[in-house]
Amino acid sequence: MLLRHTPKEITPRSALMINPAKTCQPIGAMYAALGIHGCLPHSHGSQGCCAYHRSALTKHYKEPISAATSSFTEGASVFGGQANLLQAIENIFTVYEPEVIAVHTTCLSETIGDDIKQIRDKADKSGNIPKGKTVLYCNTPSYVGSHVTGFSNMVKGMTEISESTGKKNGKVNIIPGWVEPSDMEELKRLATLMAVPFTMFPDTSGVLNGPLSGEFKMFPEGGVTIKELREAGDAIGTLALGEWCSADAARSLDTRCKVPCKVLEMPFGLKGTDRFVDALRTIAGTSVPEDINRERGQLVDMISDSHQYFYQKKVAIYGDPDQLIAMTEFLLSIDMWPVHIVTGTPGVKFEKRIKELTAHLPCEVNVRAGGDMFLLHQWIKNTPVDLLIGNSYGKYIARDEDLPFLRWGFPILDRVGHQYFPTVGYKGGLRLLEKILGLLLDRKDRDDPETVFELTL
Amino acid sequence: MAITNKPVQWTPAEIKEEMLKKYPPKVARKRAQSILINEALSNTTPEIQANVRTIPGIITMRGCTYAGCKGVIMGPTRDIVNIVHGPVGCSFYAWLTRRNQTDAGETGENYMTYAFTTDMQDSDIIFGGEKKLKAAIQEAYDLFHPKGIAIFATCPVGLIGDDIHAVAREMKEKFGDCNVFAFSCEGYKGVSQSAGHHIANNQVFKHLVGTGENAKTGEYKINLLGEYNIGGDGFEIDRILKLCGITNIATFSGNSSYDQFATAHKADLSCVMCHRSINYVADMLETKYGIPWIKVNFIGADATAKSLRKIGQYFGDKALIDRIEAVIAEEMPAVKAALDDIKPRTDGKTAMLFVGGSRAHHYMELFAELGMKTISTGYEFGHRDDYEGRKVIPDLKVDADSRNIEEIEVEADPQLYNPRKSEEEMKSLEEAGFKFKEYEGLIPDMDKDTLIIDDLNQYEAEKLVEMIRPDIFCAGIKEKYSIQKLGIPLKQLHSYDYGGPYAGFKGAVNFYKEIDRLVNSKVWAFMKAPWQENPELSATYVWE
Repeated sequence: MLLRHTPKEITPRSALMINPAKTCQPIGAMYAALGIHGCLPHSHGSQGCCAYHRSALTKHYKEPISAATSSFTEGASVFGGQANLLQAIENIFTVYEPEVIAVHTTCLSETIGDDIKQIRDKADKSGNIPKGKTVLYCNTPSYVGSHVTGFSNMVKGMTEISESTGKKNGKVNIIPGWVEPSDMEELKRLATLMAVPFTMFPDTSGVLNGPLSGEFKMFPEGGVTIKELREAGDAIGTLALGEWCSADAARSLDTRCKVPCKVLEMPFGLKGTDRFVDALRTIAGTSVPEDINRERGQLVDMISDSHQYFYQKKVAIYGDPDQLIAMTEFLLSIDMWPVHIVTGTPGVKFEKRIKELTAHLPCEVNVRAGGDMFLLHQWIKNTPVDLLIGNSYGKYIARDEDLPFLRWGFPILDRVGHQYFPTVGYKGGLRLLEKILGLLLDRKDRDDPETVFELTL
Repeated sequence: MAITNKPVQWTPAEIKEEMLKKYPPKVARKRAQSILINEALSNTTPEIQANVRTIPGIITMRGCTYAGCKGVIMGPTRDIVNIVHGPVGCSFYAWLTRRNQTDAGETGENYMTYAFTTDMQDSDIIFGGEKKLKAAIQEAYDLFHPKGIAIFATCPVGLIGDDIHAVAREMKEKFGDCNVFAFSCEGYKGVSQSAGHHIANNQVFKHLVGTGENAKTGEYKINLLGEYNIGGDGFEIDRILKLCGITNIATFSGNSSYDQFATAHKADLSCVMCHRSINYVADMLETKYGIPWIKVNFIGADATAKSLRKIGQYFGDKALIDRIEAVIAEEMPAVKAALDDIKPRTDGKTAMLFVGGSRAHHYMELFAELGMKTISTGYEFGHRDDYEGRKVIPDLKVDADSRNIEEIEVEADPQLYNPRKSEEEMKSLEEAGFKFKEYEGLIPDMDKDTLIIDDLNQYEAEKLVEMIRPDIFCAGIKEKYSIQKLGIPLKQLHSYDYGGPYAGFKGAVNFYKEIDRLVNSKVWAFMKAPWQENPELSATYVWE
């Protein structure tokens, strides 16, 4: 057994987190910043933070992840990191020539209290920021929230350069939240099908799913441009997907630039996608084309075709709040029973929403915000499930408990596909169902006695 | 195919100039000293700047002190509960991300699949985290009752002044049957992960080595220092040692356990694999317990044979020497058969190696066996002695960054010190050409006019590859895909791209096959579509 020391009996823990279902803020900020065109994310802290985040993102995407660091020494930690950041800004613009540097902080620079805005302004005054180039920043103390918080903070940081000219430009801001490049591509496809003019930020499609062509582009074609971010202040509305990932940025735009916003749950599954399409149609004043109706119908068709295999199957899921809420709703809509749900990210609203969604289930549902995968595993030992859904770290639980395991979330270190194939939208729903069904039926084909082994299912 | 065409031949001086050209003057001056055009002098080794601060903003391969301590050195030990005191990230990123394999058997203790953290919150940063740390240690003890609990400091812990060592002492005393010890391995210390190796090894030496009695039994007892069982390297070395009848008391720290460290003082010889991460432990084992040390290398079939013979010569026992020869004779035919098949496809190709503090040197052996030349190399966190040899150690400058890494003073243990060889025996071995405590570094093994570059960064790597276009580039995960986008295969020598083992005889064969696969892969010819290769618009149709 790989997790042989995990006891079935649950004892309360107040201080020790075991097998976290979250990581720290800066990696979220780095991922978000990669969704800006021509941007080099910069980690203001020890070089280890940057190395770890680059490694994790590289393993997840199998793509180059360029990011720089202030490489703090003990001296910088005592005297402050201003000199390091000023030098870094000069070096980065000289050597790598990005359009944008997006600085995020770390627990180190936050603890010593470096004022990034002041350092950025100083760099600007001393001419270290070339004309026409931008330095964005956000604060991402690792000891608050989680990687999701860091993502949200960087997206909010992007909106701080948005301006309102007083004249609306007819576009809709779509803030997709922490989803894969393939998901962002899919949301853009849906918006394009609906003839909605839009700006998406961040947008990592075209950045983190690039081709192999014999050329290395540190700054690939994709990403939202600074011009688009500036003009986001003139949009007719903002559609923010995910309360944890996207709402802060949308609300900030609303307050600063008077762009009205609507915050939706993420468009995973049928109902989530319905709400996304409906909201986009309403904000932009367009109609939904037949193509989308057809895609929706295909998803409903597949639910109907395979319902018998989903019906009342128990599921354990872990990951990030916005994703888990949408997935829980999707699983419930196909009559699966999500019975153990854990996010490492804190927030009482999460538990409340999951309880609301699962209130009608006839069985007990365990839900925890700020929990860990050790607890999840103990819950599974006490109430076994038919399927486990989450990031690659779940493979240890899946193997020990012999569970079908769907990799979904961040990070996925041992499979590919998430870069290219979306799980949002109706098409994404089809893909999720295909995968879940495949796992359940592979298990059935493995376990059924020879006497009842079936050709047609 | 434009992509595989070798461009004009650049001289090493031109390449160096090209790499430095774009830097701001201060950066160029500093980097110039870390880029050495090898002169292959007959009597002296040229000097290179190494183990100095990374330049802010320059995209480095390096990690931090915490990564070196928790990730590299302490990570591979299965039965110690490693609690990371800090915000969640540091523990998360070091969770199963190095490929240290371990064999705990069906029921043995193994915490390597777990990540433990105090998950510090802002209130802990403001009011101090000692209380939470104590509670976390207690909870770990109550749940698992391990032999040892190790505490690792992350950046904020040092800044807010939590006394993790006092907490460790208090809890150790309280438990009575669990050794609790702590590592001040804050990420900002030192200039690279190398400082973390040092901090880790010092604490292992202070808190573990010499505390155990019941060592493994057997003849020809050695310690293997600086072997981390990535991809099962340690398993393959242990297989060979076992065949030879050599007893490996403790590996530092691949596939290791608490008890192995505790009984390391029972060995009669220390064999150092990774000079960078652990040479000082070998010195301390000699000073305190009288165990001599030699440098070995099990990367490469010939290097493995050579290292085994060195161990045989040290013990000087004919039975052992004969058995070692028999093992080599038994293992080599498979190696030769693989080379006979593969070498015609790899011979004459070129490699670049930028990794670690010893790996860049060790792997040159394997490439040489394949007939491949290493044309540029360097370490990520090496020191000058890893490049120029141990003779420069007395001249190494102690700067502000190395001064804050603890050097522990060790003396001969009044009870346990026992010189394994008499002075005469040592002398006669040395006279016969046997070298103790000797490592000549990487530079003497490199040809004239090759480029040796310390702390190579993203920009320089790209320049090197564009200008020289080697057949293979070896580095880590962060570098992998930017190099491969250029159409050059990159072999990861930290994680082995999830393959291995590459140590020992079987490992050598694995490596030959892997390099053959990479340098002769069809994929590099697929990068351009037919219409990109021949973009002419007009066509002639057969029916015209």
